[in-house]
Amino acid sequence: MSSVLFDEIIPAGDGFTRVLPAGCCFRITDVEGNQAVDTLFFAHPDTAERYDATATLQAQRRVYLTTGSRLISSRGRTLLTITEDTCGRHDTIGGACACESNQVRYALDKRHMHACRETFLLQIATHQVGLSKRDCGHNINFFMNVPVTPEGGLSFADGISGPGRYVEMRAETDCLVLISNCPQLNNPCNGWNPTPVRVQAWSA
Amino acid sequence: MHPLHSETLLGGDKLSFVLPRHHALTLIAGGERTAVALLAFRAGRTHERYNMPDTLKSQHTAFLTTGRILMSDMGRALLSVTEDSCGWHDTLSGHLDAAGARAKYGERTYQTARNWMIRNTHDNFLIELGKWELGERDLHANVNAFVKIAADADGNLTWQANARSGQRLTLRAELDTLVILSNTPHPLDPWPDYAPDPIDLSIVKVDPPAADDPCRTKRPENGRAMQLSESIIA
Repeated sequence: MSSVLFDEIIPAGDGFTRVLPAGCCFRITDVEGNQAVDTLFFAHPDTAERYDATATLQAQRRVYLTTGSRLISSRGRTLLTITEDTCGRHDTIGGACACESNQVRYALDKRHMHACRETFLLQIATHQVGLSKRDCGHNINFFMNVPVTPEGGLSFADGISGPGRYVEMRAETDCLVLISNCPQLNNPCNGWNPTPVRVQAWSA
Repeated sequence: MHPLHSETLLGGDKLSFVLPRHHALTLIAGGERTAVALLAFRAGRTHERYNMPDTLKSQHTAFLTTGRILMSDMGRALLSVTEDSCGWHDTLSGHLDAAGARAKYGERTYQTARNWMIRNTHDNFLIELGKWELGERDLHANVNAFVKIAADADGNLTWQANARSGQRLTLRAELDTLVILSNTPHPLDPWPDYAPDPIDLSIVKVDPPAADDPCRTKRPENGRAMQLSESIIA
């Protein structure tokens, strides 16, 4: 019998940190639609091993993540496998927004706006999980649409997600998950209106 | 201009050094197999480093070439691409590790081959990072100079022929920059044997970028990244 490990709502712009035991099923639901969920995974408890976006792309030889994608670690192991996906594809090259990258991308006076990497830093400072800034590598953006063209173009496009769509994955080893429910207001990654997401996990 | 430094980096070899602000590093491809994996950190403040997603999304591109800037995670320009006769440098597809090298090439160890052993990019990076008291946790997405990995319409990534002998890539430091190079094959290249080409590299002093510098004016985002590097609070 499976049992519920947690079932929580992450409000728009907030963060979430939790250990996912090996074998558990982890689901993220885009409750209201078009909400980017910036997510980092680490091996637990040895967090020096972490999700590696470029190793993942190299292994699957595809830009987007969806059902069947193995989320590869910096030591070449599979941390999680995506087992179900009602959105269709997810990004892992757009990274997390930061006050500093907002200044570059939009205008120097955008620095005051709340950003994902602020959330990551506050999460790792308050949860005392042995991480620091240098551990915050390149994340997954669940429900975010970043098309790459054959000519090498890249853009943040309107989302292809919708209310109630979800992505589900199986932890292949004990993992730590760190989430920023993206507060970005300068591009369409959150449909110009950041909203809550639901996170759930069940034991195997 | 007589270079301040020049050398040949053998296939399989690696190197790390600080490229001072307003100095330019030129890499010259040795042949069609040339692939140079590169990491960049702000020298002396290495908590600030090249950031692949920030670099790509700020410039609406999936690769690097002339006019583009390698940006740090703190919004600053680290290295500007002032010259590129190749046309495409990858930064999406990671690098070769020990397991990948064994799977692709088999065993060729120090015990059997001495210094002709197979060296992989990941271990080369860990060694060079260690020389600056950095480590595994500091190893984020690298650049693959002279490597083209492009997506098709469905997002499938393939290696494409790109490098040729004599191609030049020049990177100008906009801040003092720790550069780590590994001259090791890309894991998706089509060659079944391990035979990386040597490359030549040289460093010259250059003028600071002018107001009309092509890297600065390529996009408004580039101008702002340059401005943040030039600020008194940079």
